[in-house]
Amino acid sequence: MTQTNQRILVVDDETPIRRYLRAALTAQGFTVYEASDGNEALQAVLSHRPDMVILDLGLPDIDGIEVTKRLREWSQTPIIILSVHEAENDKIAALDAGADDYLTKPFGTGELLARMRVVQRRQITNADEPVFQAGALKMDISRRLVTLDGEEIALTPTEYDLLKTLITHAGKVITHRQLLKMVWGEGYDDMHILRVNISNLRRKIEPDAARPTYLVTEAGVGYRLRVNS
Amino acid sequence: MQRPDPDELLKNLHAETHSRGKLKIFLGYAAGVGKTYAMLQAAHQRREQGIDLVVGYIETHKRKETEELAQGLEVLPRKQVEYRGATLPEMDVDAVLARDPKIVLVDEFAHTNAPGSRHPKRYQDVQEILDAGIDVYTTLNIQHLESLNDVVAQVTGVVVKETVPDSVIDQAAEIEVIDLPPDELVTRLKEGKVYIPEQASRAIEKFFRKGNLTALREMALRRAAERVDNQMRAYMQTRAIPGPWAATERLLVCVSPSPLSERLVRTTRRLSEELNAEWFALYVETSQATSMSEAKRERVSKILQLAEDLGARAHTVTSSSSMESVSQTVMDFARKNNVTKIVAGKPLRPRWQEILRGSLVDQLIHKSVDIDVYVVASADIPSLPADENPFKLHSPLIKYAWSVFLVALATVPGFLIGGRLEPTNLIMVYLLAVVIAAIYLGRGPAILASLLGVLAFDYLFIIPYSSFEVSDTQYIITFIALFFVGVVISQLAARASEQAETARQREAETAELYDLSRDLASSADMESILKQFRKHLEQTFNRTIVVLLSNENRLEVKTNSDSLNLSAEEIAVADWVYRHAEPAGRFTNTLPAAELRYLPLKTARGVVGVLGAGKPSESNLDLTPAQRRLMEAFANQGAQAIERALLEEQTQKISLLQSAEKLQNALLNSVSHDLRTPLVSITGALTALDEDEVSLDEASRNALVENARDEAERLNRLVGNLLNMTRIESGAVKLKMEPCDAQDLFGTAIEQLGRRASQRQININVPADFPLVQMDFTLMVQVMVNLLENALKYSPEDASIDISASVADSKARFHIADRGVGIPSDDLARVFDKLYRAQLPEGVPGTGLGLSISKSLVETHGGTIRALNRAGGGAIFEVELPLGI
Repeated sequence: MTQTNQRILVVDDETPIRRYLRAALTAQGFTVYEASDGNEALQAVLSHRPDMVILDLGLPDIDGIEVTKRLREWSQTPIIILSVHEAENDKIAALDAGADDYLTKPFGTGELLARMRVVQRRQITNADEPVFQAGALKMDISRRLVTLDGEEIALTPTEYDLLKTLITHAGKVITHRQLLKMVWGEGYDDMHILRVNISNLRRKIEPDAARPTYLVTEAGVGYRLRVNS
Repeated sequence: MQRPDPDELLKNLHAETHSRGKLKIFLGYAAGVGKTYAMLQAAHQRREQGIDLVVGYIETHKRKETEELAQGLEVLPRKQVEYRGATLPEMDVDAVLARDPKIVLVDEFAHTNAPGSRHPKRYQDVQEILDAGIDVYTTLNIQHLESLNDVVAQVTGVVVKETVPDSVIDQAAEIEVIDLPPDELVTRLKEGKVYIPEQASRAIEKFFRKGNLTALREMALRRAAERVDNQMRAYMQTRAIPGPWAATERLLVCVSPSPLSERLVRTTRRLSEELNAEWFALYVETSQATSMSEAKRERVSKILQLAEDLGARAHTVTSSSSMESVSQTVMDFARKNNVTKIVAGKPLRPRWQEILRGSLVDQLIHKSVDIDVYVVASADIPSLPADENPFKLHSPLIKYAWSVFLVALATVPGFLIGGRLEPTNLIMVYLLAVVIAAIYLGRGPAILASLLGVLAFDYLFIIPYSSFEVSDTQYIITFIALFFVGVVISQLAARASEQAETARQREAETAELYDLSRDLASSADMESILKQFRKHLEQTFNRTIVVLLSNENRLEVKTNSDSLNLSAEEIAVADWVYRHAEPAGRFTNTLPAAELRYLPLKTARGVVGVLGAGKPSESNLDLTPAQRRLMEAFANQGAQAIERALLEEQTQKISLLQSAEKLQNALLNSVSHDLRTPLVSITGALTALDEDEVSLDEASRNALVENARDEAERLNRLVGNLLNMTRIESGAVKLKMEPCDAQDLFGTAIEQLGRRASQRQININVPADFPLVQMDFTLMVQVMVNLLENALKYSPEDASIDISASVADSKARFHIADRGVGIPSDDLARVFDKLYRAQLPEGVPGTGLGLSISKSLVETHGGTIRALNRAGGGAIFEVELPLGI
């Protein structure tokens, strides 16, 4: 799984974190560039054209949300946000502004690499794959068919749309707002209906609904369809 | 060897060292003797000595020499007070206080300030400046001295309206007499050095006659001499030089609404001065006072005020209205206060009335065994004003009509059975009518009834009939007896009812005070104390009430009557009262332009606040002395209750602070320990992997890394808990309430616990129809993580943990149950205390923060959390959250 020629820009004002990321990512064959604040980051994206940006939210000059917004004005470079546990609202804001995923500090190297892979894969094969498989769960979009261990599962249209949306973004976190918008359409703001449908979907597709394998809750942020790695 | 009297020493020491400023008075006997000039000269001398000196107010009267002398001194700007379209220049007291010099010059001590100023009189401004520790130089003419006011009027025929209380002069540290022979003064006057020429000639005619000037000069010099004498005595006392001074005299002057009283007060003042004696002014308020006219009451309070200004201690005591009881009250007061001499006025009533009704002076003389009684003559005192007409009816007319009717009724049985009875028996029926009239109708109607009775009896039943002639002289005695019985009984009945009235009033006052103190005592906190205090004041005095307390040295309205809103000016008046601990506002001498009357709420430790009383709802009158006293008693009670509440609040705050400090220390110890422990494992693992010499097999390496990772996770959770605790305690936690799925809640919590939870058997039981619950998902996950971590920690590895959700009493109830050791039943409530940790033999890690934070978070949600012991062993933690919305 060693990747070559991939350029990664690491933006964090803490030198130890940059040092750790440089060591971990270089070992994986990435080329690592560093920036210690928002303005430097925007400059570095222009000059180094990285394939991915790992961006800390708490920066000394412009905060990470603003950096994300400015970057998205002209660049589709994937962005992974780094944030602390307490700052759920910042994470949501950054994701809604166009960041691709997030990691809560402290995180493990494995976790980071997995997130990077998901984002990378989506970048390469953005086209809809007609068939998706995660463990025993299988979805054939062309036939509108969902099976668990080969057995067909009857889903309501909303549940189907919900699962489809999660599957097309498999591995990536989707905020509540994004989900509502993608499944129910613009202007829908009813958390209740989302929770109920997620709960029902889990009962149908999860072996143990209380300890979900596929449909994972990202507390305070949204949901993620877990792809096994 | 006679030792100095310690009290005297202390008094002098006090006068010397107290930080109050010193007053120096340049005393003259008339305008133009050169007081201001002398004061300015002294000022220049001080300035040359390098003393910080400013001019607060100076009146040069356009006199050239004076104006020249005033130059070169720092002059503070005057305050322009607007009054009826004109601007009147006044001294700016605040500017003086702000400038804070060592000495300030204030001309014309007796000046009356423009209406709307802080104090009505300039000498009161000076008092405030002295209180601030600033020395004052001032000028004064002798005729402005209060105690000499009447003498000056007698000698010169000019009544001086601007007067200064003698007590203020007595406080002066220095008095310098500016003397000029009268001839020279007249010459100066004629030269136009004092007034402009046309004014001067008028002044010479009216006031500056040589006789007048000489008399005034004598008064000034004598006054100064008296003072020197006093100083001499004081000196001798401190040095214990035996001197010929008499034992301390104490004087008492009895005052009444009578116009003579003012003179009595002034006379007593002079007497006390000569005897160097302390003196009291006493007003005996009788039950008749309730029916006393407003003007009379006003006069009494003015006279008492005058007495206080002249240095007396003014007192009001109550008694019933009989002469006997009034004199007894005076004597009681005199004996209680060790009075040696009583001053009373010569009766104004005609001699025959005095013989008939007796006089207070006679009574006093009769009762005073060892006390001297001075009777002061009245020269030409104006007769009593019209409203005190002695022929005024004592009772309403209807009562007189009733007494006529009673006599008519008494005549009826005489007609019916007249022939068969002796006339002497018939008189008994009339006597009955008189007695009834005396008891129920009052003095006047009773006298009328006895007169009419005598006449009717004579006219109808005494031979010759139908005429007022009397043939038998023995009936004269009957008539006289009937008349006297009527008068005596009516007197007795009137006195009894008056006494009853007084007693009733006193009882009512006592009852009101008792009610207040009971309600104040039963009030637990400041708010209810203030509410009760205000309620009682409103009810008793029928006035709007406001109570202000100090908050960080600023007065704030704490409770007020609905219709009352204090303007900034009113609050400034209240503030003055708070700082000076003296009453001010309406009907007082300080800031009388205010709407309300303000009383300081004083306790032994100082002023706790200010009470303001507004106008009564029906009239615009001042409080009666009795009401004033009662209000002061109320204020005392209130102040004590408020102080009690304040002290309680303080004690609570302190004990809270102490326990917080204790907790903080314990927390710090615990946290620093718990932060280091994981770091030990992590550092240990890293160094072991780092060092080449140590060869580790694959299994050991994995074990080390795994342990370090677990410890890092634990450290992260600990930091998270600490952060949450800080946020909860600072009130920074804002809930993001959303409908949430309970199953999702448990799942996410288990997920967050990571490997530790995945190795254990955890059963989740959420009914399929379990509703969504309103909560902040992230924070509630935190609660569940803490509860689960707790369950994992305190139960054996192989035991399962059971999570369940149910609905009970329209609440969502979550149970996290383990099969651990359980909790000692005594500790069930304490487990949520910060730093509480169940006693376990082997060191279970943790700060004891988790449960306490969980409790705070659940309670922020409006829910409850409690610990139970599980049947069959282990503990249950139960969280209940409100359902609905």
